[in-house]
Amino acid sequence: MKILVCIKQVPDMESKFKVDAGGTWYAKTDLAWRMNEYDEYAVEQAVQLKEQEKDGDLTVLCIGSEKVKETMKKALAMGCDRGAHITDEEVSGKEPYQIAGIIAEYAKDKNFDLIFTGMQSQDRGSAQVGILVAEMLGIPGITTVVRFAFKDGVVDVKRELEGGIKACVSVNAPAVITCQLGLNTPRYPTLPNIMKAKKKELLSTPVQELLKVEARQETAKMYFPEKKGGGLVLEGDAAALADQLIKILKEKTAVLS
Amino acid sequence: MKILLIAESREGKLLGSCYELMAFAEKMAAETAMVLVGSDSALPRFAGKLYLADATAVGEYNPDAHKQLILDVVAKEQADMVVFSHSSYGWDLAPRIAFAMKAAQISEVVDVVDGTMVVPVCNAKLRRDVTVKTAKTVVTLQAGAFGLAEEPTAAPTVEPIRVEAGGKVRFTGYEQAEIGGVDLGKAKIIVSAGRGIGKPENVAMIAALAKALGGEYGASRPVVDSEWVEHNRQVGTTGQTVAPKLYIACGISGAIQHLAGMKKSEFIVAVNTDKDAPIGDVADVLVVADLKQFVPLLTEKIQAL
Repeated sequence: MKILVCIKQVPDMESKFKVDAGGTWYAKTDLAWRMNEYDEYAVEQAVQLKEQEKDGDLTVLCIGSEKVKETMKKALAMGCDRGAHITDEEVSGKEPYQIAGIIAEYAKDKNFDLIFTGMQSQDRGSAQVGILVAEMLGIPGITTVVRFAFKDGVVDVKRELEGGIKACVSVNAPAVITCQLGLNTPRYPTLPNIMKAKKKELLSTPVQELLKVEARQETAKMYFPEKKGGGLVLEGDAAALADQLIKILKEKTAVLS
Repeated sequence: MKILLIAESREGKLLGSCYELMAFAEKMAAETAMVLVGSDSALPRFAGKLYLADATAVGEYNPDAHKQLILDVVAKEQADMVVFSHSSYGWDLAPRIAFAMKAAQISEVVDVVDGTMVVPVCNAKLRRDVTVKTAKTVVTLQAGAFGLAEEPTAAPTVEPIRVEAGGKVRFTGYEQAEIGGVDLGKAKIIVSAGRGIGKPENVAMIAALAKALGGEYGASRPVVDSEWVEHNRQVGTTGQTVAPKLYIACGISGAIQHLAGMKKSEFIVAVNTDKDAPIGDVADVLVVADLKQFVPLLTEKIQAL
């Protein structure tokens, strides 16, 4: 069984962001980088499936500069067998249709039985790439999966809907599955597995070999939203802050009376 | 410009988000038509043509069939733009329609400024203006971003549409949300824990503050996903929507999915070390502090009142 999991390296969302000199993206300096959170669930599910299916072979794909190899090594240490690194210094400028095009071009003649990815990235948050890959490959795609099971070529999943309701859905492989937070508990790589991961295949392919589609949209401008709240900001010593807040709650609400 | 609005129905009920689609179209000053896979007993109020497919025949989730239904109407109406809610239905279907239409898709639009679509980036910390290079566009709208000044009263002109029900994806039914012992909707005071609490042991201090105030404690999604707090205490789009008299958000940055579940609270206090966290946009008071110091102190002082 051949499995592909597609991951993205993103900044830690708690970072202090700045807009870059071009004014169309965030500056990439002074940021801590990590695996897109949704993709951690995708990697975990792919690894669990590989462990369940005796003949499982799992490739992790990531597009970006040399720097994304760090994130790929984490996926390898979690249990992926090999890495397919698509070298692209300009990945942040690629829109979802191009990213999906690159992945589909890579995957098209490799007969993957299942392709996993996060339901969206934490930075762009477009939630398009998984379904676009499915459409490009002409296979079914299911989004927002919070439960996954696979048996005898049939995928049984639950999709998370608003309000906590789930839709129960099944589909025959091959298929693309996009993973929602909470699907599983992503494992922490162990030290022996981190060491083993260093010896795993991690091949780089220039993006030019795989990018065959044109961009359909572009970012004209990136900026910080105007602060809407005229809310009061309290700063200072914790004990004084507690007294101030109690005073405000007494004045503005009836909850302390 | 002709915009096709895609309404949603769930378990036989029309979702109110269809009025947000109408508000968007109004802002775009465009002609509209609407598609609904639903029921003729739950129609939107809409002054225009509604293409209606019977959900009991095709299934409320059937991407192949819904895609074909929408594409048929796109062709018939010569639509320039197709608009969905950025929901579990919309983000699943929109890329399929965009792909078939050779259209750019702009996801989670929060605003339109002089015809330019604005979308959030990085947990709403940043925004970007998007321009498209294609003749046709597919758009999904952030929940709650667009609203009508007044709800329409007109009944739509209904035109039934049909498609073969088959498809590669088999939808077998819904699983209801876990019913828990806690109905946060009834609580007058809610203190919620976010990722900023750092470790599961700190849930206790959030619960203690809630108890001191005579309220309940809740949590944001990451805390529930980490299994530090049970799902029936989750506030947000995929949990409960609450509007208590007082909501105290502790270590919650304010992802849109969380804000959607609590922003109608009467009085909102946020406790966060990050002054720029999006939760500040909805908070009446933002306490810039380490909650691990501040919350126990506040609890003590409230207990002493």
